[in-house]
Amino acid sequence: MSRKGLSPFLAEGTGDVPPFFPTTYVGGRVGATTFATAKRQRPPRAPMHLITDPWHFEFMQRAFIVATLAAVVCAVVGVYVVLKGLAFMGDAIAHSSLAGMAASFALGGSVLWGAIAWVAPASLAITYLSRRARLLLDTTIGIIYAAGFALGLVIISRQDSYATDLFSFLFGNVLGVSWTDVAIVAAVAAAILAIIAALYKELLFATYDGAMAAASGIPVRAMEYLLPLLIGFTAVASLKTVGIVLVLALLVTPAATARLLARRLPAMVLVSVLAAWAAVIAGLYLSYHLDLPSGPAIVLVSTAIFLAALLLSPSRGLLRRRPGISIPVP
Amino acid sequence: MTLSRDTQVTAPALELRGLWAGYGATPALQDVSLAVAQGQFMGIIGPNGAGKSTLFKAILGLVKPWRGDTLVFGRPSREMRAAIGYMPQIELVDWDFPVTVADVALMGRYGPLGLLRRPAAADRDAADQALERAGMLPLRDRLVGELSGGQRRRVLLARALVNNPRLLLLDEPMAGLDAAAQHQLLDILAGLRAQGATIVMNTHDLSCVSSSCDRACCLQRAVVALGAPHEVLTEKILSQTFGIHLLTVHHPDGSTYAYQHHHIGDAPEPSGLHHD
Repeated sequence: MSRKGLSPFLAEGTGDVPPFFPTTYVGGRVGATTFATAKRQRPPRAPMHLITDPWHFEFMQRAFIVATLAAVVCAVVGVYVVLKGLAFMGDAIAHSSLAGMAASFALGGSVLWGAIAWVAPASLAITYLSRRARLLLDTTIGIIYAAGFALGLVIISRQDSYATDLFSFLFGNVLGVSWTDVAIVAAVAAAILAIIAALYKELLFATYDGAMAAASGIPVRAMEYLLPLLIGFTAVASLKTVGIVLVLALLVTPAATARLLARRLPAMVLVSVLAAWAAVIAGLYLSYHLDLPSGPAIVLVSTAIFLAALLLSPSRGLLRRRPGISIPVP
Repeated sequence: MTLSRDTQVTAPALELRGLWAGYGATPALQDVSLAVAQGQFMGIIGPNGAGKSTLFKAILGLVKPWRGDTLVFGRPSREMRAAIGYMPQIELVDWDFPVTVADVALMGRYGPLGLLRRPAAADRDAADQALERAGMLPLRDRLVGELSGGQRRRVLLARALVNNPRLLLLDEPMAGLDAAAQHQLLDILAGLRAQGATIVMNTHDLSCVSSSCDRACCLQRAVVALGAPHEVLTEKILSQTFGIHLLTVHHPDGSTYAYQHHHIGDAPEPSGLHHD
């Protein structure tokens, strides 16, 4: 297979690519030109190759790995987001991370490190401000959201490649991840999953019934700081895959799918992970074969899975038979 | 639930001395002093906003008292967490959560287990025993969202019982229950008392206090009256407590009923859990 036409996407040998590819966004379409160029190099293949073809490209291998990591953490953290109604918090922290990404980018660093450096204090500030200033959580979330996003826009506006940079920040660039990015995302994902595994019972109790959890000695206040932090780092892990605008979709849609299909929390986590993983893999294939931008393709597949669950869910589905006996109302 | 015969056997199960607590600059409790002897069943009555829930929160350490002492079996209540079983108001619990009855009962073990330790078979057994005592064992695999109002109280009661507490604090356990469900709950509480438990209950239900409790306390930020139910549930004291004129009727069986002459909008109970 010739890789001649793929430059600068595939740097032969190092496997490393620069973080952003202005050529990727020609005509406002993300990823389209690169796929078209890549596939023009080869004659048509048999159907089996629809599955294996993308794997010949190292940038697709990295995309599959990074998207899988993002799917798993989004799916797990998303369960708490959906159960606690924290979708706005997830959206806000993701958007506010534009400040960190842009600052790091302007200084020539990795956008992922910039995002990490930003979300840690921003996530803690949401809870802290809400406590200290006695403001509703919703209010402090809104402040952090707008402030971080505005700061990011100001920083990017000082760059020469304003539009293309902004586009890749907002909508992700899963085809442009480097092995360094893969390693950072893997480390962030591992940390998130390890914390949730270690504090599973505390998170469950504090999420379900905070007052009683506090009364029985669970560190509920620490959990109120921990959950935004986990959501923030989940957003970081997903930036490359779906971009800051669409992180929310990966955070809530698979978990919402699982809410429709699973009875108990452990099953909900499992179904959420499967739904998210199916969405990113199918989304990347669709993106590859149909020349679609990858982030939106992933989100649309995820939405399709949700709609299927909405129709077919045994307990809440639109097509289920109505029960003969009414369920007790609180 | 056997009462351990230790050195504090004579200490009251619950003793509050000069307790002040509140939210911001507003006191919710003013100089509350009361004692509940071991094995007693006290009903605390008062209008919304009278500080009933705050009283429990102060005992549990959810609200920091401004001053005063909260003693449980003669020791500061924060040291006696394991001896206290707490049943919150059901409105504070998310009933649409994907957990089963057995999951909720098991949560009662999470605190004592400590960080990073997972529940073992012994914890599951304890949860099942608590469900048995609350009459909920047959429903252990139901989702909590599928339970009736009475069953919801009993699953929270089971969780409160899972560590064999010697003092039970029940916040509005009777609210919204029909007569049958109330009797079922009261039967369970009578069984727990027979085994030596001390119970303190917040309620609006005067007849329930009159028929089931052996002590009654009228609370309106401060203690208005404290004593046997027939001494406390009088028209004069109830009018002082509720701030409006109440007509009380003492029925021959010992029950007392109070009728409001006119309705006054209930002030919402201050909630200090999230932002204090």
